[in-house]
Order: sequence, then C-alpha cells, then structure tokens
Amino acid sequence: MIEKIKNEPPAGPWAEKAPVTELASDLVVPTSTQRPGSWQRIHSMARKELLHILRDRSTLLMTLFFPIVEMIMLGYAIDTNVRNIPTIILDQCKTEESRRLLRSFENSDDFQIVAWAGNDQELTRAIVAGQARVGIKIPENYSRQLQAGETAQVLILVDGSVSSVAGEAVNVGNAIALRESLERSLGGKPLPVEARPRVLFNPDTRSANFFIPGLMVVLSQLMAITLSANAIVREKEKGTLEQLYMTPVRPYELILGKMMPYLVLTFLEFCGIAFLMRTVFAVPINGSFITLLVLTLPFVLTMLGWGLWVSTRVNTREGAMQVAMATVMPCIFLSGYVFPLDSMPAFFWYVAQIIPTTWLIDAARGVILRGAGWSELWGHGLILCLMAAIVLALSSLRMQKRLS
Amino acid sequence: MQPSLTEYPAQVGRNPHAVIDINGVTIRFGKFTAVDHVSMSISKGEVFGLLGPNGSGKTTLIRALCGLIPLAEGKAGVLGHDVATDSELIRSSIGYMSQKFALYEDLTSNENLDFYAGIYGLSQSEARERKAELIQQVGLGPYLDRLGGRLSGGWKQRLALACALVHRPRLVFLDEPTAGIDPVARRDLWDLLFYLSSEGVTLFVTTHYMDEAERCARVGYLYQARLLTVGAPSDLKHLEGVNPPGTRRLEILGPDVGHLLERIRHRPGVYQATIFGQAVHALVDAKRSLRDLGLEGVEARETEPSLEDVFVTLSRQQDEARNGRAG
Repeated sequence: MIEKIKNEPPAGPWAEKAPVTELASDLVVPTSTQRPGSWQRIHSMARKELLHILRDRSTLLMTLFFPIVEMIMLGYAIDTNVRNIPTIILDQCKTEESRRLLRSFENSDDFQIVAWAGNDQELTRAIVAGQARVGIKIPENYSRQLQAGETAQVLILVDGSVSSVAGEAVNVGNAIALRESLERSLGGKPLPVEARPRVLFNPDTRSANFFIPGLMVVLSQLMAITLSANAIVREKEKGTLEQLYMTPVRPYELILGKMMPYLVLTFLEFCGIAFLMRTVFAVPINGSFITLLVLTLPFVLTMLGWGLWVSTRVNTREGAMQVAMATVMPCIFLSGYVFPLDSMPAFFWYVAQIIPTTWLIDAARGVILRGAGWSELWGHGLILCLMAAIVLALSSLRMQKRLS
Repeated sequence: MQPSLTEYPAQVGRNPHAVIDINGVTIRFGKFTAVDHVSMSISKGEVFGLLGPNGSGKTTLIRALCGLIPLAEGKAGVLGHDVATDSELIRSSIGYMSQKFALYEDLTSNENLDFYAGIYGLSQSEARERKAELIQQVGLGPYLDRLGGRLSGGWKQRLALACALVHRPRLVFLDEPTAGIDPVARRDLWDLLFYLSSEGVTLFVTTHYMDEAERCARVGYLYQARLLTVGAPSDLKHLEGVNPPGTRRLEILGPDVGHLLERIRHRPGVYQATIFGQAVHALVDAKRSLRDLGLEGVEARETEPSLEDVFVTLSRQQDEARNGRAG
C-alpha cells in the first residue's frame, strides 16, 4: 500500500474509500457562493475596516486633532505679511529734515523703532545681535546736501538672514525715500501719478485665507495616503492578507471594500476643516462648496490609490509611513501650497503640473476665495479624473492576486 | 542497498474522483524549483499529513493547490476543479488556516466570524445558524465578545478554525496549525479534526510533530522539493529503504545516553544512531552481535523504526543520491 513512487500503478486505498457518487455532492459548490456575492464581500470588507478604525482610538484621535492643531498654527501664528520690523536709528544730522524723514518711516506699519544708536558700531552690533532687523543711518551732511540741491544719502542696513523681512524692508525703504524726494521736488503740488492698489478676494491679505484652502487639500492627501497604505500593510504584517488571498475575494473587491471607509473619513475631515475655516477663521466661501467636494472626489481616489501603491512596495507600517511621507513632501513644496508656483524655475513648474495636489489647491482657492465655478474649473476636474484613473489602474494592477 | 528514491515519473490520471489529485506538479520561482514533480492523491474524509523540513515546499504546494501560484509543469485537481483555471471556485469551497492564525486582533471573536461569513457569501440567516453550530462545536461561547488579541493561543486557534469552517468547506488546509500551542490545546484541536473527518471533511495538515503525523491516516514526506514517500505511518515504517536487508534496529537503554551515543556512533557496523528520550536508537548490521558493537552489559532490544527514523533515513538517502549524481 505504500507508494514507493515507482512506475508501477499505485493501488491506493482511495479507490474503495471514495465512491464517485458520494463525492459528486462534494464537488457542488455551496449555493450561497453561486450567486454574485461581490457586493456582499465588499460590504463585509468595508464593515470590518470601519471596525478597525473605531477600535484604534489613538489613530482616530490623531487624524482628527492633527488638522485642528495645524489649522490654528497656520491660521493664527503664521503671518506672511511683514509688519513691525524692529528698527534701530542712528541720526547724526539731528535736524528738522532728518526728523521728518524718520517720522515717515515710523508712520509706515512696516518699521518700528526699537532703539537709538550713538555711533556706527552700536548700529551694526544691534543688527548682529538680532535686536533690530533694520538699521537706518542719516549722515551728518543730510540736511546740508538737501539744501544744496545735491543727492542726500540715507543708509539702510538690512538683515538678510530673514529673506522675506529683508525684501519688504528694501522695498518700503525705497518707496519712502522716493516719496520724500517727490514731495520735495514738487514742493506742495499734488503727485502726478498715484497707484491705488486694490487686493481682490482677500482685501486684508490675511494669511489664513491663503493657507487654509491649501491646508484642506494637503491634509486630505496625507490622510488618504497613510490610511490606505496602512490598511493593506497592517494585514500583510499580521498575515491576514495571506488568509484573504485564500478566500474567494477578488482584488477589486478587496480594494473597494477597504477604501470606502477611508474615502468617507477623508471627506469628513475635509468638511470639518472647511467648517472651522468658515466659523473660526471667518474665511468666506465665495463659490459653491459642492463644486469643491465634487472636485475633491477624484483627488482623494488618486491618493487612496497612491497609498495602495505604497503598500505593495513595503512590508511594515513604519516603512509605509516613510514612503508615504517621502512622496507627500514634494507635493507640499511644489504644489503652490506655501511657495507660489509663478516664481518657480521652469523645470519645477512643469513638475508641479503633474502633481494632483497643485490642481486641487488651485481649484480650492478658486472656489473659496475667487468664487470660481464649473466654467472656470472644468479643466481641473478633467485633469484630476484622469490622474485618478491612471493611479488607480496602476496600483490595482500591482495588487494582483498573487502572493509574492 | 539503496532503493531508487530519486526518480518520480508523473503518474497521470490515477484517480479523477479524489478530493485532491496531483500529477507531476512542479513549481518554479525563477531558477529555483520549489516543488519538483510531486504526484499524489487524497480521498474524501482522509486526514492527510504533509511533513518536511522548513523550506521543503509544503506551504508553496498548498498555495498552488489554491490556485495562487501557477504550475510550471503537471496538473492538479482540487474538489474536481483544475487549479489552473478554476481557482476562484476552489477557494470558495475550501477552508484554510495558517500557522499565524490570521485573525483580526482588534475584532471580537464574533466579529471575526461575521467577517468571514460575509466574505464567503453566507446570507444573514445562514450565518446565524452556522455560527451557532460552530460556536458550540469549538466551545467559543464564553469568548464571543472578547477581542481576538486577548485570546490565549489555544482559543485563537479554535477561533481561526471556526473562521476557516464557516462556509462548510469539504476540504480544509491546515498549515502548521499547532505550532507554538500547548499540548492540551493541541490534543483538543486534533479531537476536533477527527470529528470533522468523521463528518466527511478532508483535512490536509502540515506539521513538524511526529505524534501528529502518527495520527494521520496517511502522511507524505517532502524533502528538498521532492515527495520522498506517501503512505500510512505503519506502512512507512516497513519500507525497504528504511529497513535495508541485513540490518536491524536497536533500542539501547543506558543511564547516560549522551555517553552511550558517543561510544557506539563510530563503531563499524553502526549505520545510524540517534538519541530518543532515555534511549539510543541505532541501525546496525544484523550479523554483528551486541558484543561486536561494544554493547555487552547494556540493555538493548530490537525495535521498529519510528516515523522520525523513517524520515531521517529517507532524507539521508536522498542527500547521498544527490551527492552521488553531482560527484
């Protein structure tokens, strides 16, 4: 009875033990799996995933609190508008003219005089020490040169270590000097030309209005990528993915079922941030929020697919986190979230165009600040849908139902 | 003296009605051959044990039988379906339990069962009925609302088995189901397995434990991707290759088995010697007396080979055959 694996036909014991008739019933697949149970499998998967989310309180709290902290930071603390630059003055002239010039510096919002220096050394020392960002020196011969009709020079020392402050100080310094010159040469006559700038959509140039629409997009991206990458990698780590492969679940059912709860969660977060933006930071939503939500759908799908792609590449949650962050960082820097796209070198400008984040941030600012609608944003929608289709197709292909 | 254990021609069409029927199955990953021309057949209700060292291809073979890995050569049928074409049908009618007990630790026992019931497409009423039955069978009642991660090893394993059985599979693969489980839980699991077998469920079990192998109706031994032998444990012990003519197997008792082993290991006429609990098992030349072997005054008696002896002997012969061919 032993199969010694030779050429002789084995007379195995199964021949008697397994009559055909009895086996036939075993070969019939149970009726419950004969009907297309696809939706049921997706539903079971989604419900299980929802339970994971609800059970993992710390992750849930993190995902809900992180955006609020981030918003308060960006909305209140960070002000990109330069105001009240600490300034030190060295007035060696001490005349009516020099005081008049200093008053015009003081009256601009930009400069705040914090100290007076007695000599050149004190002036530079204060800037090196960081007590003042700007030093203004009016030389002894200032009034004399003005009266003689010569060009009177004023030295403005600017601390270049904070570039945005430096740029502002140089511009405002020039503008003040120019105005002073004009008023002097016109001698009381009105200015021939005056620019009347009007800032549209964000008249007070508040940075909350600029940052929060972008923040909504960036946080949704971060959340969608990390959640979806984690969802698969967690099952890889625990060995449950291998178990799932042994069940009749098809790859697309697995992916759809897993992604649905995360899609909903990401949308909830998006809406939550929008709500806080509207109520706490009083940023008006000038366009249709529904339009923005519709545009967000393909974006979130792209990011969920992206996370899926990450999950096929790594085997641990730490690894997934790292790869996710590594791919999110360029998006944050190149998407125009912080740094304006218009001032990017050509190469990076082109890179920015293939980042989905760029398009949704632009659309979000469009809807929220400029009140843009479908007639302006249909192109954005088209591009975002195209990106979603490509990313989802590629990552689903990689998630083939084969164990590596 | 060496039986031919190196050539295994594919045996085609042996039994088309078997629950599992494998003919000349070969699986390759690149140049590496993970399963090499394996043929066997398993019938309904059988408890089949597959043994072999780690990396010998046991898990790969199971995956291939579920249609997850393509076959490089050969044919395999599971429950009458071809693994190459009907893998989805196969997967919906088999159960699988891995050594890791693939449970969701943050879900309760009940939720785990619900999930698998949904995945296997049971309707709500079917699921309720089946769950009650399983809970009673594996005795999960008191632990239904406990999180999977909080269960002890034995209970995790029962829950994993219940999940694998939720759709009433006619065939269950168990990949090292008792690794790292205490002896009582192991025994309980085997009781459950025999109960299933009596219900007509076919069980395909991989294990490293010889006592578990002894319980199987038939065992196969996979070594370096090749199936060296298949048969009932009692029959394997009488294999010619394991008991070469002109040899006998002795059980030698002594106070210091380590010392005893050293003493006889390199004696002429001793082919094999290993420690077995409080004794040394040795395969010796039948013509030599105890005195020749330096065993006067030591208690020694003739014995049957254990299953372990069988596998060790077959592995060595395979190694020698391989080396012989290479040299």
